[in-house]
Amino acid sequence: MSRRSLLLALVVLLLVWQLLAIIVHRPILPAPWEVLKAFFLALPGELGKHLLSSFWRVLASITLGIVAAAPLGIAIGQSASLSRLLSPLIYLLYPIPKVVFVPVAILFLGLGDLAKILIIFLIIFFQILVLVRDQAAALRPELILSVRSLGAGRRALFRFVYLPATLPAIFTAIRQSTGTAIAVLYVAELFATKYGLGYYIYITGSTLFDYPAMYAGILAMSLLGLGLYFGVDWLERKLCPWLFVHPH
Amino acid sequence: MSGETFVEVKGIDFSYPHQPPLFEGFSWGIRRGEAWAVIGPSGCGKTTLLYLLAGLLKPQRGEILIAGNPLRRPRPETALILQDYGLLPWDTVRGNVALGLRIRAFYGPDGLHAPRTPLPGKPEALVDFWLQRLGLQDVADRYPSQISGGQKQRTAIARALVLRPDLLLMDEPFSSLDAPTREDLEDLTLELQAEAGLTTVVVTHSIEEAVFLGRKILFLGRPPHTEAIVIEGTKPDRSHPDYLKTCSLLRDMLNAVRRG
Repeated sequence: MSRRSLLLALVVLLLVWQLLAIIVHRPILPAPWEVLKAFFLALPGELGKHLLSSFWRVLASITLGIVAAAPLGIAIGQSASLSRLLSPLIYLLYPIPKVVFVPVAILFLGLGDLAKILIIFLIIFFQILVLVRDQAAALRPELILSVRSLGAGRRALFRFVYLPATLPAIFTAIRQSTGTAIAVLYVAELFATKYGLGYYIYITGSTLFDYPAMYAGILAMSLLGLGLYFGVDWLERKLCPWLFVHPH
Repeated sequence: MSGETFVEVKGIDFSYPHQPPLFEGFSWGIRRGEAWAVIGPSGCGKTTLLYLLAGLLKPQRGEILIAGNPLRRPRPETALILQDYGLLPWDTVRGNVALGLRIRAFYGPDGLHAPRTPLPGKPEALVDFWLQRLGLQDVADRYPSQISGGQKQRTAIARALVLRPDLLLMDEPFSSLDAPTREDLEDLTLELQAEAGLTTVVVTHSIEEAVFLGRKILFLGRPPHTEAIVIEGTKPDRSHPDYLKTCSLLRDMLNAVRRG
């Protein structure tokens, strides 16, 4: 995808929005320029604080998710007995929509960041765990044997084979789960909290009736998702250059 | 008769779980500097024998001695080259050639994963030397997916030889390559063997390759193998009458096994 085609798509989106705003012609659908004005006015102030606290929650969850799930996924992927032990458990827990645990997490952990981070962490944790496990299990035994024959024991195999081999799976998992993670963050931030985009959108829309500000919040949340998505893409190009070369 | 026995297989038994035995009281000896080929039909256990020599599998009975020491785990001085190259797809040709050196640096000279005596010369210089020697300098910064099969196998050979092994084990190393590339790499293997005085064992199902690369040939028929059937090889000259005679002898032996 070229930058030009992305820019073109953005222009088309804005035009459709503008057109809809003209047709609907009600305060609940302000025109794009009105929202952009509200967005840039509010960003250095309140909106920025809300955006940052949402961003921090997602980033903390992703980091914790990688740190916890990647080594466990590698361990399960390379050990048949560990896989026999834990895979049924993962099979049962993976499909559960983690958003239903939001009230439980809040009851146990209170209204602070911890409950919100935990829920998003759970979503990302299982996605990374499953993809990394499958990637590690799919490594050809010949590759492992030949690296072992170069002197590699368990630790060196982890460092020189399993870690780089599963890096793309981590990126894919994050890409796949950011959408859900941010949707769930929105829900989690609806519950009494002081800062967070979910709260901002809710308050500006249903209490203050400041629709341009509400849309500015929606825009900020979209940009958060988009930024994470592009950030992951960028990191993957930096850290996994072999995925982007022309084959023989 | 010259040279000491370097690899000594002493009365080993080996079978995979729930499978009929492949080796029963099997003994075999390799002297330092010898070039061996191991040939047999598929399923005869020739790859298993190579993995046993590599220390990747353990015999259920008997033992294997290399340079007088019982083999309990992969030796850092033994190199193994497989048919599917075993290259890291995420590293360049240079990175792959340097892999063994990086693993050694990772552990340090502990005598277990890496020999106690460090290699002479700087790692970068060693890698450059072997890239040059195998004609890989122009593709050094490419990834395995970007080079030909012959170049991949050259990379695997460079990666093995950079560690200065004393025993080189090869499992069907050239069988997925086209004929000119295969002969080219067979010639190169002989050159490298002569240069370094390497002890080599090449497992193959190709009669021509066995006779070309093996100054001695171990024939494995139908398992279980209880004794080593050894055929004296010939000079590596593909058009010499002796070479062709040994080829047809092996062909007859293989056909006899196939007919049962």
